[in-house]
Amino acid sequence: MKHVIGVLVENEFGVLSRISGLFSGRGFNIESLTVAETDDPAISRMTIVTLGDDQIVEQITKQLNKLINVIKVIDFTNSDHVSRGLMLVKVSVEGSKRLEVLKLIEVFRARVIDMAAKSAIIEITGSDMKLRAFLDVLAPYGIKEVNSTGIVAMNREVKGRSRHKIKAA
Amino acid sequence: MKKTGAQIVLQSLQIEGVKVVFGYPGGAVINLYDELPNYEVKHYLVRHEQAAVHAADGYARATGEVGVALVTSGPGATNTVTGLATAYMDSIPLVVFTGQVPTGLIGNDAFQEADIVGITRPCTKHNYLVKSVKELPRIIKEAFHIARSGRPGPVLIDLPKDVLVDTTIYEYPETVSLPGYNPTFEGHPGQIRKALKALLKAKRPVFYVGGGAILSDAAEVLTELATRLRIPVTTTLMGLGAFPETHDLSLGMLGMHGTYRANMAVTESDVLFAIGARFDDRVTGRIDEFAPDAKIIHVDVDPTSISKNVKVHIPIVGDVHDVLDKMLVVVNEMSEEFQAFADSHDDWLARIAKWKDMHKLDYIQEEVIKPQYVVETICRLTRDQEPIICTEVGQNQMWAAQFYDYTRPRTWLSSGGLGTMGYGFPAALGAQVAFPDRLVVDIAGDGSIQMNIQELATAVQYQLPVKVIILNNGYLGMVRQWQELFFQKHYSATEMSTAPDFVKLAEAYGAAGLRATHPREVEATLKKAFSIDKPVFVEFVVAGEENVYPMVPAGQPISKMLLV
Ligand SMILES: Cc1ncc(C[n+]2csc(CCOP(=O)(O)OP(=O)(O)O)c2C)c(N)n1
Ligand SMILES: [Mg+2]
Repeated sequence: MKHVIGVLVENEFGVLSRISGLFSGRGFNIESLTVAETDDPAISRMTIVTLGDDQIVEQITKQLNKLINVIKVIDFTNSDHVSRGLMLVKVSVEGSKRLEVLKLIEVFRARVIDMAAKSAIIEITGSDMKLRAFLDVLAPYGIKEVNSTGIVAMNREVKGRSRHKIKAA
Repeated sequence: MKKTGAQIVLQSLQIEGVKVVFGYPGGAVINLYDELPNYEVKHYLVRHEQAAVHAADGYARATGEVGVALVTSGPGATNTVTGLATAYMDSIPLVVFTGQVPTGLIGNDAFQEADIVGITRPCTKHNYLVKSVKELPRIIKEAFHIARSGRPGPVLIDLPKDVLVDTTIYEYPETVSLPGYNPTFEGHPGQIRKALKALLKAKRPVFYVGGGAILSDAAEVLTELATRLRIPVTTTLMGLGAFPETHDLSLGMLGMHGTYRANMAVTESDVLFAIGARFDDRVTGRIDEFAPDAKIIHVDVDPTSISKNVKVHIPIVGDVHDVLDKMLVVVNEMSEEFQAFADSHDDWLARIAKWKDMHKLDYIQEEVIKPQYVVETICRLTRDQEPIICTEVGQNQMWAAQFYDYTRPRTWLSSGGLGTMGYGFPAALGAQVAFPDRLVVDIAGDGSIQMNIQELATAVQYQLPVKVIILNNGYLGMVRQWQELFFQKHYSATEMSTAPDFVKLAEAYGAAGLRATHPREVEATLKKAFSIDKPVFVEFVVAGEENVYPMVPAGQPISKMLLV
């Protein structure tokens, strides 16, 4: 099963390789990984999408927690959360297909950010599922290139407070 | 007052209570070596950096303190990798300092540059590249804290040459601030109660004890708890010494080369209490048939060890010593109930006694020296002195585990997790440095001893009177045993008929050398060796094709043992 895991880390030299090394060294799978600073420049936040049964994901979260530079690990999978990724798609838009593609873009609330003679670059944000659905409908037109940021996630507020307090102590 | 990085390292070691450092110099750490004589810490010059780390590791295992090693950049640093991985697998607290090229040259393929932080990331508990002398005191403080707390382990600090030369105002921090590192020490009281309740219901309870019991210095409370509850105790290779093997309740070691009674008792147990152990594949054998009927309780300081290989029913995250202390308090509070429990499983103990009589650890005495006989004789001659027994890896290690009765913690030093040939001799030197007046023995194979044999020079230079007992079978015996049993005696690359004359070799280094070839010489030769106040190599020419039994073939359940 797919799990979205949030990892708050000290923003230090080498932390990313500690985390990716942990995944490769223990044979865990990474589907996507994003990382960026939080509002506190001393802390970065990673979002890792991984595949595995409950026992594997339990090991992954425990092993992540064991790293000295990891401050907090959140498995979003069983909590009420939102997740988004950003994707750029270059799709061919030759001749009469152009209008059809523009129509689809509207339906998915995507945006054209570059239009050339034979192709367009489209920007879309959304959940993993939405992004994949968008690729499915574009496929018949001819997808030339795809680049995606990977997923970021956040828990929804529950009864007036965040379900996981994610600021460092 | 301002101090250089080199001075800061040495001063900080002093504050951390470090008395000895094992090391080897080079260009990148020459400034540190220059300062060394001005400080109290005593330096032992080894003959290979791998040995520096093993010696620090032996020192740490024997004392419970953090072992420290110091080496130069590049090859000096890469030579520490096996030592670090050995310590990491067995959770041994070390701080290893490596030299590094100046910060400005890092990444340039400079002379003797190696990305040792990158190389050792998966075999250290944590590691640091120091980028400025200002960070140095904090990093050293953190390194010692990380090495010795929680599940202990090695920490590496990479020291660029300019950091050792630069100066800053020195202040050693009193506390550490590591927001992501907060190991659980105290066991959860609710889980502890739950565990005791489960124990009270047991009809066939077993304690399965690993190295965690030694690392947390829990041997005493463990022994009291087991004795009070009359629960039989088996230990892993790493747990030897946590429970006296001379005790009626001792089952000896379990696993691949465990005793018949230990493996049978675990297999038939209904409550298995794992104490600072980690369900290693050499212990469990085929995992789905390991203790199939047992409710499993597991206390360990490392949450990743719990339910990693085997589903645990009652997990307790915490320090083994602390948890057992708390259990004993409850046992005392409810002494009647627990007394009734202790008296309730006579039939289980009787069953175990029967297993014990059925297949004792044994061997057949012949005209040629049997390696088991050598270990047994060492045990008989020395057990009262509580010597420190180190081992190499292979059959020698298993016989040393089986045929010596360990009764005290920190008297058995062996590379369990990594199985590092060449560990025992330098580890013995480290232990001898820690305890100059105790008998320290390395039980070795003819193959393993040649992996760090250069340390004879270290032993002689510092007059460390370690006794190295070489069980010379002319083979890489353990591999040969597998070839005999599972590869139709195809002895590919395991014959080692070319070995040095160990007696002459020892003498050439200035140590003493002895040799025995007949069983009747064994006792006298050992007595003589133990009476020499020098490092001694004792070569026993032993039966070439002797096997270690019992043996659970890889992938089999531990109840399916090949017996003598
Ligand atoms: C550094 C290292 N290399 C290889 C091995 C694989 N190995 C395990 S036991 C063994 C044979 C050891 O031979 P020896 O030291 O003579 O001991 P014996 O088994 O004969 O008692 C080997 C090669 C190892 N454990 N460590
Ligand atoms: Mg041998």
